[in-house]
Amino acid sequence: MIEFHLDGRSGVAPYLQLIQQVRQALRLGLLRAGDQLPTVKEVAGSLAINPNTVLKAYRQLEYEGLASARPGVGTFVTKTLSDESVAAHQRLSQELGTWIRRAQLAGLDFESIEALFQRAVRSAAREVAG
Amino acid sequence: MIWVSWRQFRPQAIVAAAALAVIAVLLAATGPGIVSSYRSAGLATCHVNCGASASNFINGVGGLDQALFNATIVIGYLAPALIGIFYGAPLIAREFEAGTYRIAWNQSVTRARWTAIKLGLVGLVGVAAAGLLSLMVSWWANPIDQAAGLGGSASLQRLDPLVFNARGVAPLGYAAFAFAAGVTAGVLLRRTLPAMAITLVVFAAVQFAMPTLVRPHLLPPAHTTAPLNAQSAGISITGNPGSPPVIRVTGNFSKPGAWVLSDATITPSGAALTKPPAACLGPGQNAGPQSSAGGPGQCISALVDMHLRQYVAYQPASRFWPLQGIETGIYLILATGLGVVCGWQVRRKRP
Amino acid sequence: MTNATAVLDARNLGRRYGRRWALSDCTLSVPAGHVAGLVGPNGAGKTTLLNLATGMLAPTTGTIEVLGGTPASGPQQLARVGYVAQDTPTYAGLTVADHLRFGRHMNPGWDDELAQRRIEQLDLDPQQKAGKLSGGQRAQLALTLALAKRPQLLILDEPIASLDPLARREFLQVLMDATAEQELSVVMSSHLVADLERVSDYLIVLVASRVRIDGEVDDLLAAHHLLSGPRRDAASLPSSQQVITESHTDRQSTFLVRSSEPVIDPAWTVDQVSLEDLVLAYMGRAAAGAPQGRMLEVKQ
Repeated sequence: MIEFHLDGRSGVAPYLQLIQQVRQALRLGLLRAGDQLPTVKEVAGSLAINPNTVLKAYRQLEYEGLASARPGVGTFVTKTLSDESVAAHQRLSQELGTWIRRAQLAGLDFESIEALFQRAVRSAAREVAG
Repeated sequence: MIWVSWRQFRPQAIVAAAALAVIAVLLAATGPGIVSSYRSAGLATCHVNCGASASNFINGVGGLDQALFNATIVIGYLAPALIGIFYGAPLIAREFEAGTYRIAWNQSVTRARWTAIKLGLVGLVGVAAAGLLSLMVSWWANPIDQAAGLGGSASLQRLDPLVFNARGVAPLGYAAFAFAAGVTAGVLLRRTLPAMAITLVVFAAVQFAMPTLVRPHLLPPAHTTAPLNAQSAGISITGNPGSPPVIRVTGNFSKPGAWVLSDATITPSGAALTKPPAACLGPGQNAGPQSSAGGPGQCISALVDMHLRQYVAYQPASRFWPLQGIETGIYLILATGLGVVCGWQVRRKRP
Repeated sequence: MTNATAVLDARNLGRRYGRRWALSDCTLSVPAGHVAGLVGPNGAGKTTLLNLATGMLAPTTGTIEVLGGTPASGPQQLARVGYVAQDTPTYAGLTVADHLRFGRHMNPGWDDELAQRRIEQLDLDPQQKAGKLSGGQRAQLALTLALAKRPQLLILDEPIASLDPLARREFLQVLMDATAEQELSVVMSSHLVADLERVSDYLIVLVASRVRIDGEVDDLLAAHHLLSGPRRDAASLPSSQQVITESHTDRQSTFLVRSSEPVIDPAWTVDQVSLEDLVLAYMGRAAAGAPQGRMLEVKQ
């Protein structure tokens, strides 16, 4: 079973962190379809966070089709991501490499490249969340 | 809630039980001895003129038993005070001091019920302990009390203020009042030690005021008026130089077991005697029958010629139980009133 | 306008001691099913508000209703509200087991199985006297006592202020576990936002006897933005953006604004505000003597 952790300083909302960790686990094959996610009580009790936060994360996962809640039993993973995403990963990695070389040619150093990249990721994440 | 009150009160209850047990053992060991002395002095069957044998009996009471008798008097005063100080004062004050009232008032029991049960349970135990003590002591001291009542001692009668407090049902009233006073002090002051001190002071003041100011008037005193003549027992004239002499007539008043409230010499008009006759005054107004101008005989005849009477106000021995009852009733009413004040104040109290 | 599901409903609630108002003009409606964090500096009136909610105090002005009833108005009302007082008092001379018996005798709704289970999970020795427990253990005992009577609302007054970080974390873990298990509503006060950040989804900021802002945490965070950009005057901002705090250097201005609409002016760099920064901003504003009275309600 997956074990969650929270980074209080990351600036990312707790419920988003939980969702990210589930997705990451799915990608890495640590979670497969049919696995049970920890109960809301277990997560709230181990991380000392509001149960509503966990509920929100689980509901979002349900909305995205990654998990499904069975009343009285628990919340279960419905999708296995790892197989699908591997091919996509490789292609995306290549595209990213190309983009980085272009940025270098434009005169950016690695720090600026990373700052540019992080800002783009954050604003995209905000759009999704808001 | 009853278990809670009991559990918080358990240490004090154990102390009281132990103390009562010790006292019980002491009294049980010595009691029968006193009873048999009483019987062998023939006092159990004596009805008239028992004064002499009663006196002998009382004087013959052994050293240990005498000490115990005095101890029972002292305990009679102390026990209610201790109940007030150690049962009453900490009852609610301790909860304020430790902040535990914040737990107690946030369970499913209202403040009124909480106060009532605490007061009721601990109060009952305290009063019962006082009652048990009084019962044991009254049983043990009964022979001595009876002998005093037959005329064996002027100062040990049951109506004498010193003895009265430690007999009968009065200790129940004192205990109830002291307890209620203690709890009230605790609720008002919210600190245990000051509450204990205040309880002691208030209780002592009331215990002093009652026999001196109130008890004599609880029932209308009886009185006798007896004429003085030459056969009356001694006339004594005392006084300080420069101030009018006081003429005391130790008269023939003999009512065994009575509590004498006042003993005055009055003239035919009813007024107290203030000026002794000339025959009783020596030079410089230093009076004394032996120093009078004409000698003691002339002083006494002069006094007799004044047709003086002895006026004694007293409570007869038969009034013992009525007075006990009335006094206990008064204390119980006071205790109840204080209990109501407690309940009202607790409901009002802000943290 | 009553909220039928409010666990705490206060209208113009005020409490005076002598001439000093410990709480004034407090109007709140805390919804059920939330963990409400009550934050403010020491002396702000948090304990007063919670004492009014539990019925330990009576209001001087205004009204307060808890779970639809008057606080401490009878055994049923008392049974529905659990309370853990500041510094978590316990009876020093009673053992842990005695405390549970205490709870059992004082509460008809007492769940002894729950109480025993929690004591076991906490590794507390039932025969240990409460006075000999550590601060964290005493806090856990007080919490267990409040939880085992199965209340609908749990009120906690700065329960972890004097605990070490590990004890704090353990307390909050147990609290959140119980909140999930028993479907509790919680109102918890602290003078540190950090204590409340992880657990609260409703926030009340109390400074100098007045409520400065209250609302769901998500709504509050969405409505507040940190704007930084070239030096500008506060008055030049649109009226829909309410300035909470501002600071300026010679070239740059930073504003914390509250706005129900998104900020689209490209001149600004817009950042999210953390809960701690939000609370600090309102506390600073109150200290600087900003206009009294609360802000518009933030409700979506």
